[in-house]
Formats: sequence, C-alpha cells, structure tokens
Amino acid sequence: MPAIEARGLRKSYGKTVALNGIDLHVEEGRILGIVGPNGAGKSTALHAILGLTAYEGELKVLGRDPWTERDQLMRDVSFITDVAVMPRWMRVSQALQYLAGVHPRFDRVKAEGFLKKTDIKPASRVKELSKGMVTQLHLALVMAVDARLLVLDEPTLGLDILFRKRFYDSLLNDYFDHSRTVIVTTHQIDEIQDVLTDFVFVNRGRIVLESSMEAFESRYLEVMVRPERVDEARALLPIHERPVFGRTILLFDHADRERLAALGDVRTPTIADLFVAVMGRDAGEAGGAA
Amino acid sequence: MSAPDVPLDASRDPHDGALARMNATRPLDWSIRRELWENRSLTIAPLAVAGFVLFVLAMTTFGLPRKVRALSTMDPARQHLVAASPFSIAPSMIMMTTILVGLFYSLDALYGERRDRSILFWKSLPVSDRTTVLSKAAIPLVVLPLIGLALSFAAQVSVLLWGSFILMASRVSPATWYSHLHLFQMPLALVYGVFVFALWHAPIYAWLLLVSGWARRTPLLWAVLPFAVIAAVERAAFNTTHIASLLRYRFMGAMTAAFDIPPGTAGQHGTVVDRVSQLDPVKFLRTPGLWLGLLLAAAFLAAAVRLRRYREPM
Repeated sequence: MPAIEARGLRKSYGKTVALNGIDLHVEEGRILGIVGPNGAGKSTALHAILGLTAYEGELKVLGRDPWTERDQLMRDVSFITDVAVMPRWMRVSQALQYLAGVHPRFDRVKAEGFLKKTDIKPASRVKELSKGMVTQLHLALVMAVDARLLVLDEPTLGLDILFRKRFYDSLLNDYFDHSRTVIVTTHQIDEIQDVLTDFVFVNRGRIVLESSMEAFESRYLEVMVRPERVDEARALLPIHERPVFGRTILLFDHADRERLAALGDVRTPTIADLFVAVMGRDAGEAGGAA
Repeated sequence: MSAPDVPLDASRDPHDGALARMNATRPLDWSIRRELWENRSLTIAPLAVAGFVLFVLAMTTFGLPRKVRALSTMDPARQHLVAASPFSIAPSMIMMTTILVGLFYSLDALYGERRDRSILFWKSLPVSDRTTVLSKAAIPLVVLPLIGLALSFAAQVSVLLWGSFILMASRVSPATWYSHLHLFQMPLALVYGVFVFALWHAPIYAWLLLVSGWARRTPLLWAVLPFAVIAAVERAAFNTTHIASLLRYRFMGAMTAAFDIPPGTAGQHGTVVDRVSQLDPVKFLRTPGLWLGLLLAAAFLAAAVRLRRYREPM
C-alpha cells in the first residue's frame, strides 16, 4: 500500500488557486522532500494530506481519507507545522502527560530522553521557552510517536545549525527504519539532500518536477567551463547557466558525461542548483518542466 | 465520561502485524483535564467567591446568637428564613459564579484554539472533533456543576461548624438553631438544583460553543446580536416581547419548572430552598421546555462538531 496516493488534488481560496491538480504517489519507506518557493502550495498540500483542509480530487493517506478520518489517521501520522502551534499555557510535563493519555503510540520515556538532551525543564510553560526550544519540544514529542508517516513542514525553522544537523542525523539513524515514510519541506534544501530518497519541486500549485535521488544523480550534471569554451558548451543545450568567478557553470539534463568532461570539471549539481534552473524556466514558460 | 474513545486492541496492530506496545488511552478524560489546566479560572473563580462569601458570613455570624434567641418571637415562616439563610447565601453566590464562568468559558472554548493556532497542535493528535467538542461541553454541563456542588457543600459545612461554635461561645444552645434547619435535606436540594440548572441552561452553553467555533472575531457579539435584533424587530413590528420573554424563560425558568414554591409561603425576603418537598422532578421532567432545550443543545453541539473539521487557525 502506498503511503500517499493523490490524484488531481485541487484547492482554491476564493480566486487564488493554491493547488492546481497535484498527482503524487509516495511508497512506504521513502523520505520525500517537497521543495518550492513561498506560496507554491507546499503547506496547503501537506494540510490536505493531514486532513486539516478540504480539497477536490482523490487522496488516500495510509489507505484512509484524511478529511473524514483525521482522528483515526493521526494514530499513524505525526506532524509538525511551519509555525509554533504548541499551546502557550501548557507545561512541558503536561504535554507529556496529555500525549500519553490520548495517543496510543506515544512513548513518553523516549520523549523524556530527547528532552534530557536539551535545556528544556519539565516544569516550564511553553510561553517561557525560546522559539528554538519550543521547536525542540515539539520535535521531541513528534519523534516519540511510533508513526508510519511523519510530516515535517519547515521543522528546523529558528534552530541553529548544530541542532539542525543533529536533528537530521537522529531522524536518519534513530527514527527512520524503512517501514516509515517521511515528508519534509524546508528552505535549507542543501542540508537535507543527503537525507532524502525522493524530491518534488512545487510551483504555483503544481508539481513541476519529481525524481528519486538515484535518478537525479544519474540524470543531471554540471560542468564548469572557461569563458572561451562557453559557446561550445551551450551547443549541448544546457537547461541553465550561471557565472561563477569568471567561469560559467552549465547544468545539463541527460548529457553525455564524457563530452562534458572534455569541456571542464564535471560534478553532480545540488538539488538547490537544479531548483533554481527549473524554477527559472518554469517562470518563463509556465509549462511543465519535468 | 471515562470510557475510552476507541476500543484498543493491542494484539491487532496494523503497523507490523506484531504485538506493539500501545498506551491505553482515554481521550475524553484527558481532554477535560487539559481544559482545566488551560482555564484555571474554572476552579479559581468559584473558589475565590466561596472564600469571600464565607469571610463575610463569618463576620455576620457574630449576630447569630442574638437572632437565634429572638427566633421564638417570630412567625414560623420568618423563623425558618432567618435560621436557614446563612446556608443558602454561599451556594447561590457560588452557583451564580460557576454559571457565569461557564458562559464565558463556552464563548471562548472553540475560538481561543483558533486564535492562538494551537488547533493545529490539537488536530495533530488522534482526538476526534466529537471528543474535543464533548470535552468542552462537559465543562459547563458537568465539571463546573460538580465544582460548584463541592464548594457549596464545603461552605455549608463551614457555616454549620462556625455558627455552632459562635452559638456555644455565646452560651446559646445550637440545638435551637438546628431545629429550624433541614440539615439532611439541604445537600439533596443542592444536588438537585445544580443539575436542574445545568440541564436547563444546556442550550445556552451549546449555542455559545457553536458561535465560538464559528465566529472569526468577537464571538460575544455574534452570540448576542441575532437575539437582540430579532427582539428589537419583533417589538417594532408587532409591539410584542415574545422573544424577550422566551429568553428570560430560558435563563430563569428553571426555578418555576423544577421547584414547588407556592408564592404564599415565601417570606417577605424571599425563600430558601432546602427541603425535598420543594423539589418537583416530575413537573420538571414534564416541562416541554426542558426537552426542547436539550434537543436544541444536541443540535448545536452536533453542528459544532461538524464545523470544527473545517476550522483552521485565524
């Protein structure tokens, strides 16, 4: 059973189209990154998947309809949204007690273990914690749920690089076990490139590119060329180019590695590089780039 | 109130087919508890009022020996009123407080979670909209009455002990006082009264909950405005006040619907409900207004449950 199966997902707020026909198929055991500019529809798509917003089209999450079966679904799904939503009046100890009282898959000992590694005190109220600490608390709660699907919408916003690094390491080493599925959105794409198994680019409510990391690595190549060879490289039809220190980096889709190597240093681009290329083209054509 | 929301079967785990460790959960219990955590005024306000009223009573009790000595010179209806009124002041103040607290609580219950965005946190947990709304409805319908009951009972015991102490200190026999009281019927009247009012006011609380889940801003205005407008239009168009009297009936009607207090027996200074003979559950249960109100309450709550699915942070 796929973790997520969406067909023709649509959602509009008045005249603004947030989702313009999303088709998404996510198998169990994948770590999918959703990448897109602000307002691309990432959060709306995630909210639809989590049963937080109504939508048109077909959507099944872990075999359930998220809109009508949210409470049942939430036994197997855990999520953290892009903004602080922890109730400000709550004490850390109360949050642990409450989750243990309502969530069949919440492991309180595990959550306490996560919290021990932070400066968060059990007696503190959420409103007394710093922004980063609230995120740490929420992550500790979310990671202590034995969920089949974990949805992280900008999970590391406001956290320093050390904690971000530790978080993604622990996500990969302690949490992820191939029977779980993880969906993550973040603006710091480079930090999660090594974590992902798949990614999709979203723009203006549509998926403009979707790929597995293996396919990405074999399909896209970058070459850095000196100015005198740029025309030669352009003849091979790059999908994007950018100047760097007097040289030009050209990004190719399905190019022959040997021929590129003759022009300059060849390397695998980052997802961020590809994102810039694809988004630039998408803005120009407003057509499918995949 | 303590039944688990969903029966759990730990042996059938869809995740990996093996025996998984699952917590036994009680979503409704914990949701009610979290309401008490969040809204500390639910307990603090009635407690503060109880403390204040008891303090005032303790001060005025110094006049009790004089009153008890003078009891034999009064007519019987007045005798009872003078002897028993210290017992009814604290409970009626406490009950009024719990009702007020319940009204304001209901008006904010489904509004506050959208205002502070915590609805996204609550919705990330396996707690249904129905459990959430029911837990919030249980506060004015069950929890606050119980708090009021416990405090009222404690207040009455305090009045009894403190009054007896004052009387004995003044060498007046407390037995004279006791003979004018219905000590064992008082708690019964209290229990009856508390739940009569909760049931009678149920549609009010349910309406406020519904509005609190619906309004984008100023739920108080939206809760009151429709009735004010209809009443004003009715008055202007037909020069009648049916809507206004209907509302008055809903707020005050429980006294006439559930109690048997013939107008003649009440003393000049009102009456004290402390006897089983004053309670009329049969009349109450045969009052159409009770059932109509409960039906409306159920409809409002069902609508609030349905509405919460669509609700997002503001």
